[in-house]
Amino acid sequence: MTATADKPAAEVVDTVSLTIDGTEVSVPKGTLIIRAAEQVGIEIPRFCDHPALKPAGACRQCLVDVASPGPDGNLRAFPKPQASCTMTVTEGMVVNTQHTSEEADRAQKGVMELLLINHPLDCPVCDKGGECPLQNQAMSHGRPESRFVDVKRVFEKPLALSSEILLDRERCVLCQRCTRFSKEIAGDAFIDLQNRGAQQQIGTFDEDVLDFDGYRPVGAATVDEAGKAFSSYYSGNTVQICPVGALTSAAYRFRSRPFDLVSSPSISEHDSSGSAIRIDHRRGKILRRLAENDPVVNEDWISDKDRFAFAWQNLSDRLTRPLVRKDGELVETSWPEALAAAAAGIKAATAADDEGAARGAAVLTGGRVTLEDAYAYQKLARVVLGTNDVDSRARVASDEEQAFLGTQVAGTGLGVTFGELEKAPAVLLVGFEPEDEGGVVFLRLRKSLGRQQVLTVAPYLTRGAEKLGATLVPAVPGREAAALAELPADASEALSQPGAVIVLGERAAEAPGAFVAAQELASSTGARLAWIPRRAGERGAVEAGALPGLLPGGRTAALKGPRDVVAKAWGVDALPSAKGRDTAGIIAAAAEGAIGALVIGGVSASDLTGDVAAALEATGFVVSLEVRRSEIAESADVVLPVAPPSEKPGTFVNWEGRLRGFATAIQTDAMSDHRVLDLLAREWGVELGTGTVEAVNAELAALGAAEAAHRPAAPKAKAARNPRAKKGTAVLATWHQLVDEGALQDGEPYLAGTGRVAVARMSAATAASLGDAVSVEVSTEVGAVELPLVVTEGMVDGVVWVPVKSPGSWVARDLRAAAGAVVSVKGAA
Amino acid sequence: MTDLVPVLSATWGAEQSWSLDTYTEAGGYAPLKKALGMEPGDLIQAVKDSGLRGRGGAGFPTGMKWGFLPPDDGGPRYLVVNADESEPGTCKDIPTMMSAPHALIEGVIITSYAIGCNHAFIYLRGEVVHVYRRLLQAVREAYEAGHLGKDIHGSGFDLDVTVHAGAGAYICGEETALLDSLEGRRGQPRLKPPFPAVAGLYARPTVVNNVESVASVPAIVDKGVEWFTAMGTERSKGMGLFSLSGHVTRPGQYEAPLGITLRELLELAGGIREGHELKFWTPGGSSTPIFTQDHLDTPLDYESVGAAGSMLGTRALQLFDDTTCVVRAVTRWTEFYKHESCGKCTPCREGTYWLTQILKRIEAGRGTEADIQQLLDTCDSIAGRSFCALGDGATSSIISSVKLFREEYEAHVEQGGCPFDHSASALFDYSDTPATEEAHA
Repeated sequence: MTATADKPAAEVVDTVSLTIDGTEVSVPKGTLIIRAAEQVGIEIPRFCDHPALKPAGACRQCLVDVASPGPDGNLRAFPKPQASCTMTVTEGMVVNTQHTSEEADRAQKGVMELLLINHPLDCPVCDKGGECPLQNQAMSHGRPESRFVDVKRVFEKPLALSSEILLDRERCVLCQRCTRFSKEIAGDAFIDLQNRGAQQQIGTFDEDVLDFDGYRPVGAATVDEAGKAFSSYYSGNTVQICPVGALTSAAYRFRSRPFDLVSSPSISEHDSSGSAIRIDHRRGKILRRLAENDPVVNEDWISDKDRFAFAWQNLSDRLTRPLVRKDGELVETSWPEALAAAAAGIKAATAADDEGAARGAAVLTGGRVTLEDAYAYQKLARVVLGTNDVDSRARVASDEEQAFLGTQVAGTGLGVTFGELEKAPAVLLVGFEPEDEGGVVFLRLRKSLGRQQVLTVAPYLTRGAEKLGATLVPAVPGREAAALAELPADASEALSQPGAVIVLGERAAEAPGAFVAAQELASSTGARLAWIPRRAGERGAVEAGALPGLLPGGRTAALKGPRDVVAKAWGVDALPSAKGRDTAGIIAAAAEGAIGALVIGGVSASDLTGDVAAALEATGFVVSLEVRRSEIAESADVVLPVAPPSEKPGTFVNWEGRLRGFATAIQTDAMSDHRVLDLLAREWGVELGTGTVEAVNAELAALGAAEAAHRPAAPKAKAARNPRAKKGTAVLATWHQLVDEGALQDGEPYLAGTGRVAVARMSAATAASLGDAVSVEVSTEVGAVELPLVVTEGMVDGVVWVPVKSPGSWVARDLRAAAGAVVSVKGAA
Repeated sequence: MTDLVPVLSATWGAEQSWSLDTYTEAGGYAPLKKALGMEPGDLIQAVKDSGLRGRGGAGFPTGMKWGFLPPDDGGPRYLVVNADESEPGTCKDIPTMMSAPHALIEGVIITSYAIGCNHAFIYLRGEVVHVYRRLLQAVREAYEAGHLGKDIHGSGFDLDVTVHAGAGAYICGEETALLDSLEGRRGQPRLKPPFPAVAGLYARPTVVNNVESVASVPAIVDKGVEWFTAMGTERSKGMGLFSLSGHVTRPGQYEAPLGITLRELLELAGGIREGHELKFWTPGGSSTPIFTQDHLDTPLDYESVGAAGSMLGTRALQLFDDTTCVVRAVTRWTEFYKHESCGKCTPCREGTYWLTQILKRIEAGRGTEADIQQLLDTCDSIAGRSFCALGDGATSSIISSVKLFREEYEAHVEQGGCPFDHSASALFDYSDTPATEEAHA
């Protein structure tokens, strides 16, 4: 996010030259033979080998003949074929694969025959059939007929590892990709090899030693290595890397044949990483999503939410036609009528009354829309509705955050990257739980386990943070700024190493002074800053200016200069100069009857701590742009259906600042928000110019980034003081679990089963003050949630943690409170 | 005629041979004092010069193995004694530890001193609880006598010894699987490199030596390199325990110079069971290709046995006379390998599973001529393809027996059953009850 660091001089790589099947190749020292062969287009069959996992040498399918020069320089052949997936190349080596060595070919055919003796011939009903490495390689390297006439090994099938992941052990070739992934990559070993010989199998851990510590999933699940109920956010990757059909997902099992599917590349809409995915669909219906390899972003992996949460957009409440309220009921209507009704309604609601007083309009757009959509929303607000009351932050937000985003994030291009985060010698996390809020960011950090010092400013060390080997910098929620100011010397020292990174999550906005403190820390240590919000559209909205005080490109709306630049580009006389309100301000104003019309797109009412129902009730006219009939749509006056990401093109800007464009995967007549808003603006006779992705991007490109003088003033804020802990109260800590009851996870019960059960966490001392409690009631004057109590070691005293939106714990809706609030706590036996 | 040279077995006949007193009275722990007065480097050189080769089967020069350790970096380095003796026919380490555990412990101390190890481990096969108790007792005695612990005999050298009992897996005799098991993991062989000398136990430099190799060290220190090299053949120096079992008049341990022949050993052991003739035998346990009468005069050293198409292995000479069905014997061995295959790699895991089914079919008279070829083909898919040597070992007896006794396999196929009277080959009362079909497991 700071200026691009000087690129280090290209590293000098030692190379090694060898000959593979008569072709000379030079590869970096330490390259495995199998990788070197790939470089010259020679494919050696393999099962256990996976470029992202450590070599195992277990399946023996990749045997090749190898000779290398001895001490005397003469070529010496290895007496037996070698596994090309475990042997690194040496200078002058001569490798002969199945193409040029009869011995290697015979060895491979022999292994293939052995792999198949216990493998069931159920390809016609197997999910993997048609895209199965075993099937394919059996065709290319196997015998046409089996000589095995004896009895095959059988297992009970399937073994449910979780509500989502199923294991058919008789199909398993014991390549250990899944166990290596779960140990090496995700760090949540939940399956391992058990038994031996032909009875060796992937198995689960002993449930008798189950130890519930609050990470138990909602659905039935096996237990992990430590005897804890297994709940992994990344388990779906094991299904994708399984080279046979042993691991399947409950959601996709028996649903389709791969050759019936149309595959479209896309970008996940679930988090700010912008993971590359592949959408597989059939006759307009998404059947599954897979990780696409993107070496600079998500590498080979995606989170289970990225993979499995796609049912939401095709549920029965999907909107396909506009709705207009007539006689109190929302009825389907035509687009022209709906657009006319929407415009007329907004005009009437914002018109001056008899005394000449007018109520303004406001625009709310959740953090889930694309860059283009966010741009259209803010342009509509500023050009058509004449207001700066536009905000994309459907969460706790602050002016300090906005100033930070305007000075440090918007229009700064590519900042800290995934690769730089991985290589950082030290990472300080502020208001950010990588496993819950970062998706694949967690995997990148974990990749550096042992090479990277992770510090986390949080009320307790989560299991995810433990998996990163993180050190806790204890902080009461809302008081993170103080923790940053008083950071231990060794932590500051760690951050002074070149390449160190300070990561600010979206929850940094919940802590007054956190952005200021982080910036000070960055300048005193030289660490770089990265802002990693949770939602996919957050960064794009910042770039597009869908914030009350920010115009496109990081320009402040508070100064005339930048306003005029934008106004000129848009061909209007002037932009509104009144200070805009943020989401909470807009809801509060609306509830007081101060807002005439609201245009809301992509916001879940239950994400907001304000009184949304009252706001909608008191607002003159509400236009909702939605994919589904949401709570807000239900009380709107006009509902305009918009396309979900799979049915439109667009761009997500990920947290790195990388543009992640995607094309339409499934052609429907659903329109993007920016196109709908373009049509709506015409009702005022305004050409918004947001009809197409290309048009929006051309405008954005023409506008460019703000010059320094046009940026907002540096953030200013004072750190909050520690609240006095009164008896029967605690400071609320809360954040989203990756798998929870968010709207984009609706309709996917198998995934929901892998989410963690909601609990309330407290330190032993705080819990003791509640007496002999097994559960805790957390309440405000608005409402209460009651959750099982989990005493959490090392947690800051006087704090209670509950998940934001997990089953039985909808904090914003039920408590109307956010982190840092003082809430009442009561124990229950 | 080669004579026996009781060195390790010298005190086995004594009253309470396992006690520290008996061992000390016979001169035990004197070599330790001598060794502690030497430079570690000189000790390593002496063992190198002695030509002592690993007695666990592979025959790798012991001194050279010690020499592979990287220079001292101040961190720990370990000696791990492989006492996981589990191969069918192999029975030399267990008697050694049972009868003279102090020979091993003294060897452990001297070896540790030589390689700079302050914590040694003895990984013992878990099934032999009586040996486990005896080792624990001997270690306790050694601590009490000041042979173990801090500043041993004022030398400034510290050593602790931990005796660990395995959980019953043949694969844990493979040194890297042993290390994984010792670390508390699932016992499966590790990828090499790194080799144990570089990153072994707890990823530190480690020497893994067989019981007999380590127990031979005190004698070399005591009696000298010349004494040791005077025994054996040109490249197979010293003495070794030869374990005779099966159809032999006096089965047991015969400690003799390497290079002795089976003919000589049989003379010492009273010959093959009376009234019978030797049919086939293993020179080094069930993992080594079988021999016949033709090999009675093959010198039992690494080179000669290798040249004759087998391996000296652990010198476990299992002797089978003319009453034995070779198919039946090979099937039992193969069932062992199927049971003990760790499952890590495809060839061994699947191959032994298949081989067992084919062999059992042939043995029961339900095989075909094609099955015999299938045996060889399947062996070809295992040997040289598996992750470790277990797979190779599983095929040795099959390949060699088909080569030497193909007609016997064919007889099973043609006659639809086994042509042998199984009770005749038994060494105890045995009736041939109908074999129950084992559940597929």
